Amino acid sequence: MTQVTFTLNSETVSLETTLSRRLLDVLREDLGLTGTKEGCGEGECGACQVYLDGALVNSCMVPMANVMGREVVTIEGFSQTADYAKIESAYMEEGAVQCGYCIPGMVMATGALLKTNPHPTLSEIKDGLSGNICRCTGYQTIFKAVQRAATEEVDE
Amino acid sequence: MKITDVVHRVDTQEKIKGTAQYIEDIHFEGLHYARTLRSTIARGRILSVTYPEGYPSITVVDARDSIARNEVSMITADMPIFARDEVHYIGEPIALVVGRDKDEIIAFMKEIDVVYEPMTPLFTCDDNEANVFTRRHYSKGDLASLEGCEVFEAHYKTPYQEQLYMEKQGIVALVAGETVEIYGSMQCPYYVVNALKNALGYPEEKIRVVQTVTGGAFGGKEDYPSIMACQTALAALKIGAPVQLVYDRREDIQFTTKRHPAFITVTSYTREGHVEGMKIAVKIDAGPYLGLSDVVLQRAILTMTGAYQIPHLEVAGTVYKTNNIFNGAFRGFGGPQSLFALETHMSRLAKRLGKDPLTFREEHFVHQGELTSTGGRFHEAIHLEEMSRMLKEMSGYPELDTEGHGRLVGHGVAVVPHGGGFTGDGEAEHIKAVVKLRKDTEQFIHILVSNVEMGQGALTALSKIVASALDVPLERIVYNNPDTRVVPDSGPTAASRTTMVVGRLLYNAALKMKEALQEQEEVVVTEHYRQPDYLEWDQEQLKGNAYLSYSWAALLARVEVDPVTYEVTCTDLYGVYDVGMPIDEKMLLGQVHGGVVQGLGYGMMEYMDSKDGLIQHNSFSSYAVPTTMDIPQIHTRWLINPYIEGPFGAKAAGELTLVGVAPAIATAVADALDREISEIPVLPENLLKVVTS
Repeated sequence: MTQVTFTLNSETVSLETTLSRRLLDVLREDLGLTGTKEGCGEGECGACQVYLDGALVNSCMVPMANVMGREVVTIEGFSQTADYAKIESAYMEEGAVQCGYCIPGMVMATGALLKTNPHPTLSEIKDGLSGNICRCTGYQTIFKAVQRAATEEVDE
Repeated sequence: MKITDVVHRVDTQEKIKGTAQYIEDIHFEGLHYARTLRSTIARGRILSVTYPEGYPSITVVDARDSIARNEVSMITADMPIFARDEVHYIGEPIALVVGRDKDEIIAFMKEIDVVYEPMTPLFTCDDNEANVFTRRHYSKGDLASLEGCEVFEAHYKTPYQEQLYMEKQGIVALVAGETVEIYGSMQCPYYVVNALKNALGYPEEKIRVVQTVTGGAFGGKEDYPSIMACQTALAALKIGAPVQLVYDRREDIQFTTKRHPAFITVTSYTREGHVEGMKIAVKIDAGPYLGLSDVVLQRAILTMTGAYQIPHLEVAGTVYKTNNIFNGAFRGFGGPQSLFALETHMSRLAKRLGKDPLTFREEHFVHQGELTSTGGRFHEAIHLEEMSRMLKEMSGYPELDTEGHGRLVGHGVAVVPHGGGFTGDGEAEHIKAVVKLRKDTEQFIHILVSNVEMGQGALTALSKIVASALDVPLERIVYNNPDTRVVPDSGPTAASRTTMVVGRLLYNAALKMKEALQEQEEVVVTEHYRQPDYLEWDQEQLKGNAYLSYSWAALLARVEVDPVTYEVTCTDLYGVYDVGMPIDEKMLLGQVHGGVVQGLGYGMMEYMDSKDGLIQHNSFSSYAVPTTMDIPQIHTRWLINPYIEGPFGAKAAGELTLVGVAPAIATAVADALDREISEIPVLPENLLKVVTS
């Protein structure tokens, strides 16, 4: 067991864990942040995506050793931001949610895409969300939701 | 509110925020975890199971802990909760290993020693009667009397398909006083109740089943949760604490039910460009236990003539017993296999006859008032010609876009039905749905049904039906996840029946409640299902009206095929859908898009095979489902055709959207390559064989 300290949703967190443990398990089991979901456990589906130092990562593929001293943002943290509010409203307007299990990850990916590319084309949206599997929606309404989020004014 | 009002789905916000509580997210005090000890051989006797010493906090639960019956009751009860003396497939559960520490459970499991005496397994569909579960047969006209016909026989093959719901299977069992309580991701809470009644010998009052937010199901959570509930209930009773069983992804893919692989032979008898007769044999592989397979077979054979009037017909189907994984429900429920074979065959016939594939289909369309393949009558209006016209109009047919910029372009069509609700008299004889509406003293209206929201939109659709029938705001409707202590048995969430059948019962209940809406006290209205008088069904002979009503889809796919790599891209999927009256267009579009993409996966990408009884494609990386990069432009139109028995005219929708997609794409690929295709998915390696053979 090792003491690991990192920033989580703007607060400093320090906990005892093994360095090989997955960030996903620490978030869900030790910290009770269950908004981050495990879909595949092998970095293919994107349901567990979080930001690590601002970059979109699959938390099932991140050992705690790589989290030391760094900054993690989960859906619980991201959902407090104005960027999120815009995305939430767009997903609701477009009816882009069915079973919802992929959606927190999809929202994190949407946030990451719009941060680097505020006005993506359809092909850039597809590319930006290509690491997120959704088995319900056929993605069409999700594409529209991202387009809608990109065109709405930021309400700050 | 009015049924035409545009609404937001009522369950969306908490799902987006990540605050919706799926079973693995819920905190239970003193929760224990379970993992499944599974057979590593496909068939054999268990000679001994030796568990390691020195793990005081681990508990093993197996067949010795059986209470009333070591059976999982589905339609029959041929499956044990835990294998006792014999195993019949790789992955068959032998025991649950239960503890508080997941690492300790895994360490314990590594030291378990199971000794088997292997027996000879069977992995193929073998016609020896000992290996046949059921045979079904029906006929029409007199095929033997046909003379002077051109006979064309072809064989079709479809693979496994994995539901791949994003949330894996998960159940928690606990004991509260005298009651066993089950929480979990499921489609059919009362299937679980019935399985527990049989397994535990408990009366219904001592069993409570609560559905938790369900992250996709597609049929995969129709029967399987009953198995997990029986296992975890025994574990919870043994240790006196809550027990959680959540599969990991590989386990879920390899060992839970899938779409049945099917082998279908179609022999057509054609005279003067018209199909006079068909002889069809459908074979499906059930695995070692019957489960839902006989019901799947019935839908497969009863769907076999699709949208066409075939005067002379012989249809036979067989469910085979093998030592492969056991199969079950998946959106379409036998329909996708049959319709792949039929629609591909129709396009091949059209080509052989030098006819346009859509015109050739039109010449065989069924009509209102005619007899169905099983001798029932098509009572409701059918507008297939109009749907075909709309399809041509929206796709530009026959002036199609053939510019592929170096890639081969092809087009394929499919015109398909989906029978809504349970097959035959299943709704009246087996399901016997009961719904309740309760108005509380605060004037909130509670929907009390056992049908679940699993992503498809039941929560919003049923709420909207009740709010519109009562003309009250949607906010006054309360529809919680079903808890069998509170809700009556309105049947399973399956067979595209929720909106059409349960929605109609709720609509009727709402009309009765309307008079009492102004009263202050609590009012409860109960409504029982009653089959329309004009429908008749003989389950022994398979004669009469096989379905309550039919929904229809006319599809056209445009594909591009790389002439070097044979990689297929579906660029456009045009669809005209008759789902009666579309009562919520946004949600229906969600069903269309999702069904099209699952059908596209089935036809184009999703390949799963079994070797010596073990599923070979067991992860997201080896079993590829469509991503954002695989999605065609999906063009959708509705044929408005209100169904008199449906709520506000609605018919079945959920499965219809999937069933015709694979043949539309496969025949488009055949068109692009100018070859015949008889197997899906149309992966490059399969196409290479088609082109070089």
